[in-house]
Amino acid sequence: MQTCARIVTCCLLAVLLLACSAGESNVAQGNRDGILHFGNGSEPQGLDPHVVTGVPESKIIDALFEGLTRKNPWTLEPEPGAAASWEFSEDRRVITFHMQPEGRWSNGDPVTAHDFVWSWRRALDPAMGNLYAYMLYPVKNAEAYATGKIDDPELLGVRALDDMTLEVTLNAPTPYFLQLMDHYSSFAVHRETVERFGKATDRFTRWTRVGNIVSNGPFQLKGWELNRRIVVERNPQYWDNDTVRLNGIVFYPTENAVSEERMFRVNQLHYTGDVPLNKIPAYRSLPNTPFVEAPYLGTYFYLLNTERPPLDDVRVRKALSMAVDREAITRNVLYGSNNPAYSITPPGTLGYQPPQLFTYDPTEARRLLAEAGYPDGDGWPGLELIYNTSESHRKIAVALQQMWKDVLNIKVTLSNQEWKVYLDSVSEMNFQVARRGWIGDYVDPNNFLDLYITEGGNNNTGFADPVYDDLILQRAPRAATQEERFALFHEAETRLMEQMPIIPIYTYASKHLVHPSVKGLPANLMDFINVKYIYLEDVPLTEFKLE
Amino acid sequence: MWRFVVGRLLQAIPVILAVITVTFFLVRIAPGGPFDSEKAVIPEVKAALEAQYRLDLPLGQQYLAYLGDLAQGELGPSFKYPGRSVNELIAAGLPATAELGAYALLVAVVLGGLAGVVASLKPNSAQDYIPMSVAMIGICMPTFLLGPLLVLLFGIHLEWLPVAGWGDIPGDKILPSLTLGAAYAAYIARLSRAGMLEVMSQDYIRTARAKGLPEWQVVTRHALRGGLIPVVAFLGPAFAGLLAGSFVVETIFQIPGLGRFYVQAAFNRDYTMILGTTVFLSTLIVLFNLLSDILAAWLNPRLRAQYGEA
Repeated sequence: MQTCARIVTCCLLAVLLLACSAGESNVAQGNRDGILHFGNGSEPQGLDPHVVTGVPESKIIDALFEGLTRKNPWTLEPEPGAAASWEFSEDRRVITFHMQPEGRWSNGDPVTAHDFVWSWRRALDPAMGNLYAYMLYPVKNAEAYATGKIDDPELLGVRALDDMTLEVTLNAPTPYFLQLMDHYSSFAVHRETVERFGKATDRFTRWTRVGNIVSNGPFQLKGWELNRRIVVERNPQYWDNDTVRLNGIVFYPTENAVSEERMFRVNQLHYTGDVPLNKIPAYRSLPNTPFVEAPYLGTYFYLLNTERPPLDDVRVRKALSMAVDREAITRNVLYGSNNPAYSITPPGTLGYQPPQLFTYDPTEARRLLAEAGYPDGDGWPGLELIYNTSESHRKIAVALQQMWKDVLNIKVTLSNQEWKVYLDSVSEMNFQVARRGWIGDYVDPNNFLDLYITEGGNNNTGFADPVYDDLILQRAPRAATQEERFALFHEAETRLMEQMPIIPIYTYASKHLVHPSVKGLPANLMDFINVKYIYLEDVPLTEFKLE
Repeated sequence: MWRFVVGRLLQAIPVILAVITVTFFLVRIAPGGPFDSEKAVIPEVKAALEAQYRLDLPLGQQYLAYLGDLAQGELGPSFKYPGRSVNELIAAGLPATAELGAYALLVAVVLGGLAGVVASLKPNSAQDYIPMSVAMIGICMPTFLLGPLLVLLFGIHLEWLPVAGWGDIPGDKILPSLTLGAAYAAYIARLSRAGMLEVMSQDYIRTARAKGLPEWQVVTRHALRGGLIPVVAFLGPAFAGLLAGSFVVETIFQIPGLGRFYVQAAFNRDYTMILGTTVFLSTLIVLFNLLSDILAAWLNPRLRAQYGEA
């Protein structure tokens, strides 16, 4: 028995020793071999650019594919992608793209204008069920085709003049159109490959699997282990392969930000998709901190149901909004990593500054509430605030509940709902106050302001103003200059905030942990990463000791 | 014995059918659908999607179609992961989960059994109280607390073991197995202590002692077999529970297992995936219960006689 126990002990020790000699970390190995280890949030739904939606998907698809343009990560200006150059017609409604002469798919086939024509038809085909089809709506007849009003794809405003020339006709001049060209819904897919595995619009095929997929981006798919990792390697056929500096990227589905942060701390990741809120102060205080934060094109706000009392009274809506001390929230709840918001459009989108019609003003808030018939909260019928279950949403809701109690002496009840239940409540307008966030798909005030057109799919407040609709839908697109256009947006946004169908709370910030060895990955407003420019410097590994 | 096994298998069919039916209709009653997203979905797009997944058919017809597919072993396409079938997703998640479950069970049996036996040898002494108090703490301590604590200690402060991963770095399977196994080890400790105490007071143990056998031989040769019967009865459901309940541990340690898919499926209203995993796991639970009954019968002659007569 004793010998037996000894043997067991020895074995256990051996296992432990083996475990301890864990070897080189991912980061050390990656820095040597040019492989980036990237925390990517969650397992992607898939890799078909016309099927998926979501940020983790976009990061991988951006590495594998390339649209007509690709944003410069420092300036966010479009740079040549699958198209080498482009020019606009006089009225700015027709764009002619000239394809990269050396553009190749990963199997060596040339990337042609026909690829884009076929792919855009696929992206817009109603049978495809593409949730992002609307990104191509500025193209002539795209909306009619995608909603089944016309069924002749020849009528779409996209055609190949020859192999190397693509002509796109728009409904109206669209200043942000080139930005949409590096959104994955406008990417080209390889027709022969797609059709080899099924119908063009079939969602269930295996064409995106390792060994099947053919792509045209700087990287190609090498490995895909579900819920474990996706590995991409350099695509030697890529036209700008000389610029690409990484040899590969490993994407990890790091759903749990807390575990992700621990992996980063022991050098298993170069980059995290998120940072747990309560770790921010500790990381900030590190010398040479890996914590990177930057304004992000998104606004966090509450929707007000203007069709239900007491919120059908604009004075009540304003009183609620003015009673919110946004500075206190960003400072105390969010650890100073976000900026207070007073309007729907985040400040500084292409130089556009949204109006600020109000500030934190308890006195005025109380006066407005009294005027609406609830002096010092007397006769207040009660109000319910819903949010989707999450600790950070709860903290903010509790803070606002308290502020409304302190300033207006009114009672607001909180109710958290599971994600899909919450989505259902919001889209059915089955709420009084509901949490909401909106992240821009492209840098332009239009992306935020067109939410509130009458009966808009994402309006969800009951706000309806024909003048507003006219400004956003008719007058702004026809504006001759950007200044004029922004002035019209400003006018519209002022009308919106005078009616206060939403309570803006803060503008988003992107937060990441980035290992000091990672270069060429600048923070920007879109949290956009251009994998072409990333490289790894062999710096000595640091230990991140948090206190 | 065979009649017992076949009988139990036949009983399982209505059970699993009931599970399918209840799950099928429950997930559809839940508010929100698989295609709802934060951004409004164009009605035409939604209609096209629903047609691709047969959601445009009347509910009864969908149910029958699902049963038809199931009879052929097809669990249908996933809603959340277009291009992947539920069969494929389960096949992808199962190995990691099963391996984790097996290691956790091993941890549970070795640690729990040892603690229980040791405790039972000197009841109501320090040798009893200490392991049993630890076991009580083990039962009370949820995995979402124990996991991060172990990671902090062994992964971050001592830097002995990896903090996450599965099969990537040597040793990364140790902490998840310990975390998942701990609560079960605690149960097994209590079960085996109780079982051993009962057996140790039996006449045949007295006889064994009277023969002059050293105490450790009394325990290993005579007492263990009888004393561990309650543990064996617990193993089947425990292993099924480990498979179905490993979600938290899989999330903490980033393990590519079935549990994560299962819970995500519920959040995403991935109807086919919820149904597929439920059917799969309930079948497993039924099977493992049966297995542990058979094993218990093999260990316990009295039960064997009873099944033989039945």
